[in-house]
Amino acid sequence: MGFFDALKFSRLKEGLQKTRESLFGKISRLVKGRTKIDDEFLEELEQILIAADVGVPTTLKIVESISARAKRERYMNEAELDAMLRDEIQKMMQDARKTLVVDFTAPLPKTPYVIMIVGVNGVGKTTSIGKMAYNYKNAGKSVLIAAADTFRAAATEQLEIWAERAGVAIVSHGQGKDPGAVVYDSVSSAVAKNTDVVLIDTAGRLHNKTHLMEELSKIKRVIQKKLPDAPHEVLLVLDGSTGQNAISQAKEFTKAVDVTGLILTKLDGTAKGGVVIAISNELNIPVKYIGVGEQIDDLQLFDREKFVEALFE
Amino acid sequence: MFESLSDKLDAALKKVTGQARINEVNIGNAMRDIKRALLDADVNYNVVKNFVEQVRKKSLGEEVIKSVSPSQMIVKIVYDELAALMGGTQQDLNLKTSRVPAVIMVAGLQGSGKTTFSAKLALQLKKKGRNPVLVAADVYRPAAVEQLKTLGAQIDVPVFSIEEKDAIKAAKDGVEYARKNARDIAIIDTAGRLQIDEDMMAEAEQLKKLLAPEEILFVVDSMIGQEAVNTAKAFNDRLDFDGVVLTKMDGDTRGGAALSIKTVVQKPIKFISQGEKVDDLDIFYPDRMAQRILGMGDIVSFVEKAQEKLDLKKTEELQKRLLENEFNLDDFYQQIQEIRKMGSLQNVVSMIPGMSKLVPQDKIDERDLKKVEAMICSMTREEKQKPDIINGSRRLRIAKGSGTTVQDVNGLIKQFGEMKKMMKSINKMAKSGRPLTAENLPFGRLMQR
Repeated sequence: MGFFDALKFSRLKEGLQKTRESLFGKISRLVKGRTKIDDEFLEELEQILIAADVGVPTTLKIVESISARAKRERYMNEAELDAMLRDEIQKMMQDARKTLVVDFTAPLPKTPYVIMIVGVNGVGKTTSIGKMAYNYKNAGKSVLIAAADTFRAAATEQLEIWAERAGVAIVSHGQGKDPGAVVYDSVSSAVAKNTDVVLIDTAGRLHNKTHLMEELSKIKRVIQKKLPDAPHEVLLVLDGSTGQNAISQAKEFTKAVDVTGLILTKLDGTAKGGVVIAISNELNIPVKYIGVGEQIDDLQLFDREKFVEALFE
Repeated sequence: MFESLSDKLDAALKKVTGQARINEVNIGNAMRDIKRALLDADVNYNVVKNFVEQVRKKSLGEEVIKSVSPSQMIVKIVYDELAALMGGTQQDLNLKTSRVPAVIMVAGLQGSGKTTFSAKLALQLKKKGRNPVLVAADVYRPAAVEQLKTLGAQIDVPVFSIEEKDAIKAAKDGVEYARKNARDIAIIDTAGRLQIDEDMMAEAEQLKKLLAPEEILFVVDSMIGQEAVNTAKAFNDRLDFDGVVLTKMDGDTRGGAALSIKTVVQKPIKFISQGEKVDDLDIFYPDRMAQRILGMGDIVSFVEKAQEKLDLKKTEELQKRLLENEFNLDDFYQQIQEIRKMGSLQNVVSMIPGMSKLVPQDKIDERDLKKVEAMICSMTREEKQKPDIINGSRRLRIAKGSGTTVQDVNGLIKQFGEMKKMMKSINKMAKSGRPLTAENLPFGRLMQR
């Protein structure tokens, strides 16, 4: 076992440790000694969920479903209560595995498999792409990155550094150039070279700017000119510390480019990202990945169970 | 930006309207709705709890004046409390120092908009006759230095950077560079950091100790959720910063973070940043923001912006023509040009009292204005002055010339006719002395249906 493997192993252990601790964390503390659901319990639950950015409507939905179930299932021991709580919250979220190919190692349904990455400014799109490229490359797939954020100063340079770290190809025309042209060239090149995965980075844009959202739809149409069934996935990147505005972001981006999945970033801080429960529930969009750090391997597959655990940490 | 919150508060307070006095029952409903609206706006849970409690106490207490309606009373109490929560008056940067250079340190989470803000601040200071230098102390994020350099070149402000990955040295040498080159302000753009990252927070502390900045600004994304409070508190504990900068305020966030941060750390919000252009930086006025939250509009900013950007003589002339009902499409075109100078339509609308209720933000489309401009530009001088002569074949020509459709042209001419009608009734209203508020305008009534 090499040095790198050893490093990875310790990380895994660390991760498991954290999960184990949280298994007996707040949920357990919340249900400890309780055999029935009373107002005090519900209020405490409400407060935990609101503080995790789950939002008022979704919180009320969860609280209601739990109190309704508690009425049906009269007696409950601690363990049953604990399980029910997890179950009800997990049920609110979509399972990414049902609609998307989530594992980097899994065979792709089509090649080139085109993934478009979108989101507002500063959420971590470029970093997420660097990490995805690294993971696909490690899984033995050929990757091409399209640097279609031609607006922000030095965005291309940032992406070039990530491409180099991951050891994958990149198509970039530089700042101020037409993003449509970058995308067209990238997809053409991927088709010609039979590349497995194309990752398209787009400029950050606030979702209430109509003209910028339309530019995004246009980029999608340009992809379709070359590959009618592409993009195969459109992933919206959300900052884990964002509050209820994320719902508005998800709605508008879905309207413009039909978002198929979410990447929730910056979860290595204290933010819980609870707003994705509302998004997943209302808009039927599953969370695919979470970002937990600035290192190239800090991208994880989303796990509903662990996520619910973390909400109560 | 705060439209949704003001709409919600409005709806909540409507429930109290028409009732003789505030009692436990009717205020209970309104308070629950206010609480919910504030939570929806991402105001911190505990802040909301305290806020609602305070408003409830004041509303039920003896401060209730009998001559006003309960809803007016609660609006006033909610406004007073909000304004108090946001901070008293607007506060400037502390740059009254003889030290050269004065140092401004910019800190915050990743992706909050520090680099863009630094450039905007540099430009604003430069416009005020100062000589800033931007110091690139974010040595970690790939291409962060290049980003600052590009922005610096855009605004013609020098950017200092070093090759080594050493933030402390970069800052130190940057200040030295400023001193030697007679630059009187050094803006230090630091790396984004999480408040739980001990190494990075220690680095920030060290920077503070070394530079003794005149001003430390904490930059925060206005879309941040419940964590705003913990993050701001952690940064404040370590850096004891002087002011807060709210970024991305041009989004549709309700910006509850502004309220939460202010209450928890008791530091003023000094700037709001809205837009990706380097001159989209505004000073934060707490009282105006509180008015805006309550849907009272930000009329003071509106007037100031108008004074700054509009050609007053031209506007006066236009108004005169308007009142004399000689307004033609040429004048209309000029008016559009003047309005456009004031910034995005969404911004302008959000500043006019009552307007945000009448014209929902998502209904405003900048391109409609462009279409109108194109159509007017495709008209002959005669057509512009006497729109009545525009017949079918002229409409077709105008549509072709402007890349629009005949329906668009029809719409414009119809709208223009309605506008003239509206102007007539404003005239009457002005003569009769009724106040000119959005609700009193025929246009406003039209939008309300």
